[in-house]
Amino acid sequence: MAHSSGNTGTIGLRVSRYRPDQDTKPHWQEYDVPLRREWTVLDALNHVKNETDPTLSFRWSCRMGICGSCGMNVDGEPRLTCGTFLADHAPGPIRIEPLANFPVVRDLVIDMDDFMQKLPRVKPWIIRDEEMPVDDGEYLQTPEELDAYKQFSMCINCMLCYAACPVYGLDPDFVGPAAIALAERYDLDSRDQGARERLDVLIEHEGVWGCTFVGECTRVCPQHVDPAGAIQRYKLKAAKESVKALLLPRGAR
Amino acid sequence: MTDARTYRRPVSTWWWIGKRTYFVFVMRELSSIFIAWFVVFLLLLVAAVGRGGTAYQGFLDFAASPLIVAVNVVTFLFVVLHTVTWFSLTPKAMDVRSGGRPVPAWAVIASQYVGLAVVSVCVLWLVTR
Amino acid sequence: MTKRRVEPFVWLMFSGGGVVAAVFLPVLVFLFGLAYPLGWLSPPDRDHLSGVVGNPLTILVLLGMFVLLLVHSAHRFRYTLYDGLQLKAQRTIAVLCYGAAAVTSVAAVVVLLSAGLR
Repeated sequence: MAHSSGNTGTIGLRVSRYRPDQDTKPHWQEYDVPLRREWTVLDALNHVKNETDPTLSFRWSCRMGICGSCGMNVDGEPRLTCGTFLADHAPGPIRIEPLANFPVVRDLVIDMDDFMQKLPRVKPWIIRDEEMPVDDGEYLQTPEELDAYKQFSMCINCMLCYAACPVYGLDPDFVGPAAIALAERYDLDSRDQGARERLDVLIEHEGVWGCTFVGECTRVCPQHVDPAGAIQRYKLKAAKESVKALLLPRGAR
Repeated sequence: MTDARTYRRPVSTWWWIGKRTYFVFVMRELSSIFIAWFVVFLLLLVAAVGRGGTAYQGFLDFAASPLIVAVNVVTFLFVVLHTVTWFSLTPKAMDVRSGGRPVPAWAVIASQYVGLAVVSVCVLWLVTR
Repeated sequence: MTKRRVEPFVWLMFSGGGVVAAVFLPVLVFLFGLAYPLGWLSPPDRDHLSGVVGNPLTILVLLGMFVLLLVHSAHRFRYTLYDGLQLKAQRTIAVLCYGAAAVTSVAAVVVLLSAGLR
């Protein structure tokens, strides 16, 4: 079924299908696509949809690794399909499944409501005690101040980290890597004054403390955000705050 | 929009077997069992030292028995795994700076091994002096 | 106002225990688990060890180390049970793990004091 002979040839895809109106659970469907050297898994899926099976459903948009829409599990690894080359998975068949740890809506489309609901809880925006009046001009920031949080601002919300995280897989209440990394991005931003509010959310049991530092989230992140590092730093920060709260009388805080 | 029957894929108890990184992680976590065992072992040693000459020899004989040696060989392997993983994770978990500049990861890791060597020499000296 | 939570303090003890384990256990396991019982090195004589253990500073340091190591193990094992066995009785597991650490810590106090004070 799956074969890639020398020059042209084809490669097999084993795609997880699920139609809620017809199926009780997902099942596999096999397709053959041309094995073109520059094709990605996304190209292959679009080929299938255009030429073979228009009923196949999946998400995609920019096809260049920046929108975060096309996350799926390819041969067991959470990947952006627009950046995963067929040739790297030859001779196949390539197993394509919906992004792990999320409920499946249809075929390769997952339900991301959980993440969408968690993200605002960590208040991923600049919080200020007092806004500067517009006439005072912009908030200024040195290159060093930008460097402090820049890495964590690169998150494209693709949720590959949630798919990689075994804690999230076993306990969907866990706030999760991207949300915590984004909280850290704002805490470290020199313009922000909202660290205490985010701490109140993340100091819960299903906040940072659920993380056992597996480190898979950092390994799969396509933007090198390093959410695992952000979470450990957040734990240390939360621990320091707790010690200070214990030792210093309320007024001095 | 998502009120149609979404399907939740079950997670197997053996989720950690398939991938090397998951497997090493679980092994690292299981080292906790052997660390707890060795604390008990050390307490038995201290108790034997307190009770006198024959008790101490009895402890050494106990420690030399094949089962205990086997357990302690496994303990040693898990302790090494713990040390190696702990040292390599430290630079990833902390933003180590010296005089405002970030300290490179290799330096953080190397200095921990230096610490390990110093402590080991001190313990050896303390115990054999 | 940050809510008061126990988790941060437990995590700090877990981290301290992790450092103690990483730095002190390799040599201790090697010597007392392998080298002395197997005769690779001749074991220290009992009087010398008794002197070491009798020192109040040693008692305090050992007690501190044991407590941190026990909390470290309990904390890690607790999460292993959650993730590995997917057990749902979370509060029960936490009580059992930290409880075992507490009981063993009390035993450590008893053992260290009775051995040190002889």
